[in-house]
Amino acid sequence: MRDGPPTRAEVCAAAIADCFARDGEILANPIGTLPVIGGRLAKATVAPELVMTDGEALLVENIIPIGVENPDKVVAGWNPYRSMFDVVWSGRRHVMMGGSQFDKWGNQNFAFIGSYDKPRTQLLGMRGAPGNTINDKTSYWVPAHTTRTFVPAVDVVSGVGYDRARDIDGNGGRFHNLGHVITNLCVIDFATPDNRMRLRSVHPGVTVDDVVAATGFELTIDGDVATSRLPTDDELDWIRTRIDPNGLGEDEVPNP
Amino acid sequence: MVPDKRVSIDEIAAEVHDGMTVGIGGWGSRRKPMALVRALCRTSAKDLRIVSYGGPDVGLLCRTGKVREVVYAFVSLDSIALEPHFRNARQAGAVTTMELDEGMFLLGLQAAAWRVPFLPTRVGLGSDVMRFNPSLRTVKSPYADGDELVAMPALQLDVALIHMHRGDRGGTGQYLNVDPYFDDLMCMAATRRFMSVEKIVETEQFLADGPAQSIRINRLMTDGVVETPYGAHFTECVPDYPRDEAFQRAYTASAKSDEAWDEFRARYIDVTEAEYQQAVKA
Repeated sequence: MRDGPPTRAEVCAAAIADCFARDGEILANPIGTLPVIGGRLAKATVAPELVMTDGEALLVENIIPIGVENPDKVVAGWNPYRSMFDVVWSGRRHVMMGGSQFDKWGNQNFAFIGSYDKPRTQLLGMRGAPGNTINDKTSYWVPAHTTRTFVPAVDVVSGVGYDRARDIDGNGGRFHNLGHVITNLCVIDFATPDNRMRLRSVHPGVTVDDVVAATGFELTIDGDVATSRLPTDDELDWIRTRIDPNGLGEDEVPNP
Repeated sequence: MVPDKRVSIDEIAAEVHDGMTVGIGGWGSRRKPMALVRALCRTSAKDLRIVSYGGPDVGLLCRTGKVREVVYAFVSLDSIALEPHFRNARQAGAVTTMELDEGMFLLGLQAAAWRVPFLPTRVGLGSDVMRFNPSLRTVKSPYADGDELVAMPALQLDVALIHMHRGDRGGTGQYLNVDPYFDDLMCMAATRRFMSVEKIVETEQFLADGPAQSIRINRLMTDGVVETPYGAHFTECVPDYPRDEAFQRAYTASAKSDEAWDEFRARYIDVTEAEYQQAVKA
């Protein structure tokens, strides 16, 4: 087992866990290495009511390790892709996705960079981002916070941001709800009068100036910015021994 | 009694004509009807409109010049996030696209299957799906709520190609993995429907291999069936076999240059299915 003080990746995992901690009995659907670690950490500690998948088509009640072949699963449901849309459209899900570009309103792009007819860089495509963001709470994970990721304007809106949601006719945007953006440097929320991104906390060892320099738009900073919390001993034990025994989170966000 | 709807892969490929809309089952690099896709690559069909939860099916058809338009929400090899040949085709401007959300895709197929012109959804509102598809319309709820919703049009298919684990000669199909994907909907949305299977069995065998609900494809959904062992290779077809990750890496490397592609194509595409399976074993 790993020992020593909490690493940056473990701080990120705790921040991600906090995103899901008060969701109640919904499908917590973190996508990506540290999101899965953080999501399972929340279920393992403060939020056993969260419903989670094995990363595929099964709902599982036990905390399964990431990156381990054929872990034991306490199966409590069948959730193939088609059922996942039922969950998403019923509003009982909180997804954490990645993204290649974000603007200050939380518009997210992982479809492509450049023009529609002939993109400079083809990425994933729209995937489920339009449907996720218009139906359910959505948070984001950014393992490398840079000015290439946090940009003045995204090339494509896959995930809908607050400005776009407000502009939808009638009640169409009423289920839109962006939670947090967790990065390797900080925690961002949308707790501003017009829901633009605000720097909520910086991870230990990171300064506000570091975040500002790595962000390609003006991030709202009101007053003294808090420091992200350290994981508890109990959380470190869960991460190191049961959720991420192979340290995949450390590969995704190397300790500075 | 069970009719006999067995056909050959080349007979199936010959059903696809220039300009047709072809739906392909599976998801990403999972349970794709690759033997049928390979056979389609060998035909002269062109200008196809491919509708797929995309994986190497889309990449191969793009690379072999079969495709005019891809209707997609993603094209991925799963363990390799971005499909390399599709990526090249897009970045060269070689194919047009209809960019959709994964769920809009399902609604388009469902609308076609139910023979209604569209299904309403909130999905797409506010996103660039609307900007990239100017033909997409919204509808206003006729009820008191007055909600404005996207009218996802039916995705009517000319031909559907799917791969199942087991089938009988009548064209009934069974999946043995955990996710049926959208293969039944693909068939229901199509005019002509063809299924490859790992193994053709006697109908009595289905319930010995899985529960009744695993018999997802009934005879009303298919026009032809063919046995193609390892027919989903190199995509995942558990429990019969996992994804061939080494082969998938070689496939990905074939996108690096024309020379690499020519070598791959000569060895694995411009050959019969039997020769392909021999080459894979070698």
